[in-house]
Amino acid sequence: MSSPTPRATPWQRRLVYLSFALGCLVSLWVPLYDRVEPSIAGIPFFYWFQVLWIVVVACATAIAYRLGV
Amino acid sequence: MDWTATAVFVLLFALVTVVGFVAARWRRGDLNRLDEWGLAGRRFGTIVTWFLLGGDLYTAYTLIAVPALVFGAGAIGFFAVPYTLLIYPFVFLVFPRLWSVSHRHGYITGADFVAGRFGSRGLSLAVAVTGMIATLPYIALQLVGIEVVIAGLGFRARGLAGDLPLILAFAILAAYTYSSGLRAPALIAVVKDALIYLTVIAAIVVIPAHMGGYGAIFDAIPREKLLLTPPSGGNLGSYSAYITLALGSALALFLYPHAVTGLLSASSRRVIKRNMSLLPAYSVALAAIAVLGYMAFAAHVDTNPAYAPYFARYGPNFAVPALFLDQFPSWFVGVAFAAIAIGALVPAAIMSIAAASLFTRNIYRDFFHRSLGGAAEARAAKNTSLVLKIGALAFIVFLPTKYAIELQLLGGIWIIQTLPALVVGLFTRWFHGRALVAGWIVGMVAGTAMAAASHFQSSVYPLHLGDLTMPGYAALYSVVLNFAVAIVGTLLLDLLGVQRGRDETAPEDYLAERGEEGALAVAASTPVAEVL
Repeated sequence: MSSPTPRATPWQRRLVYLSFALGCLVSLWVPLYDRVEPSIAGIPFFYWFQVLWIVVVACATAIAYRLGV
Repeated sequence: MDWTATAVFVLLFALVTVVGFVAARWRRGDLNRLDEWGLAGRRFGTIVTWFLLGGDLYTAYTLIAVPALVFGAGAIGFFAVPYTLLIYPFVFLVFPRLWSVSHRHGYITGADFVAGRFGSRGLSLAVAVTGMIATLPYIALQLVGIEVVIAGLGFRARGLAGDLPLILAFAILAAYTYSSGLRAPALIAVVKDALIYLTVIAAIVVIPAHMGGYGAIFDAIPREKLLLTPPSGGNLGSYSAYITLALGSALALFLYPHAVTGLLSASSRRVIKRNMSLLPAYSVALAAIAVLGYMAFAAHVDTNPAYAPYFARYGPNFAVPALFLDQFPSWFVGVAFAAIAIGALVPAAIMSIAAASLFTRNIYRDFFHRSLGGAAEARAAKNTSLVLKIGALAFIVFLPTKYAIELQLLGGIWIIQTLPALVVGLFTRWFHGRALVAGWIVGMVAGTAMAAASHFQSSVYPLHLGDLTMPGYAALYSVVLNFAVAIVGTLLLDLLGVQRGRDETAPEDYLAERGEEGALAVAASTPVAEVL
């Protein structure tokens, strides 16, 4: 249970904060994704991009966890 | 009456009832203590926390209302996706601090923390009252989820007999919440989520196959619904609404008492952080659920005469049940409806536990019964949880559903007003306690007034700035006012030399791990009567 907690370096911390900020900013930047094309298998960009972005931001939090931020 | 679906539904419901009662024996603890009953002893690991928070936050009402909004209004309803994405980085950076300080000082509610941090019972009362009034209509709305699927099974009785299945379901829920506490919804959440994921996967595979693929479904949606309305002529259209709804909802979610309860029951800070990269799986499922609204639209369920009476009664909220009835075989309709109904039980149980803890600790104990502790405190919380559930039930049975929906909409606007005290308070004590109370009052009044401007039909308020019109989420607009008042108030009160309350927390408390409880938590969990 009490596995040693890795400690992130200050630079790793800054990179994680930056990736979080970028991740949130993109998901709130509506003009970027409010479009139909390019669509995938009939699914408009608006829909598949936002789902893809959930996965991207989840990866960022997973990396932050691994680094011990 | 659809007997096959009903039989499957009843069978699954009976299964979770057994699970709910058995839960009392799971990871056994002394259920006569509030932190054992209400937080399950703060011992949940990564997997249980994942199920618990998932079951807690992605409620039955979400599963009904999000696709209903997409069905009725189109792309704007998809704001739930950026909303449930933003919460994870935010919670990752902020809420492990709440876990640590609560672990160290034995706090059970957000209001406990605020009282300790700002030394102000008035502020703690404001946080507790806000939590309760925001949660109660939310519990009532979970009942709407159950009501809609029971109607969908073909149960046609009217009047009190028509409410009988609902009353029965809630009586069972009340009984096992009383006896097992947070352990019951935690264990039931595992069943609930298995059923929800099964239903979602079946829906996104089977239904498009029936309807000629995703291309055909999206082609059936009119262009103005498929995308957001772009800004034009000084009006930001649905862009500003989409952004503020996502941001405001994300900031508000973890201020809800039931979310705090879910977080504080985790066994360590690491469990919370790890979950922030695992919980987005629910957001992906939610996106799929949102698209069910388009599937229902493309299947023309609202013009199908078989469902007309239901749409007349429940409006777009019947879109998803109608879609399932239309597309799935009877037995699977039973599974899907059980998933929704059980999906209502989990959050309703956690919400009533959280609101009961708030009332017991921060209203009853702090203002009426200072020596309350130990078994008496736990008993008071259990009884409060019963009263709250009966209240929510009476609300749904005797009042029109629209009041619960309007109150829940106001709940989001109200709960965000605790952001300055609860979230900023985790990082700094710069704010003066009284200034925070003043900001809270202004935010509550302004937010309520903005919702009143639309006669409580919408939480989107058209803000005018010069020639520019920015329709946006009233919660976000009003919390900006709240912050402004709190900042100006703090500067003024400090200038006048008004004394601040005592801060019982230390900077290292916010980083404490498990096993670093300190003497304070031990003292807090020992009944005062015994100490004396």
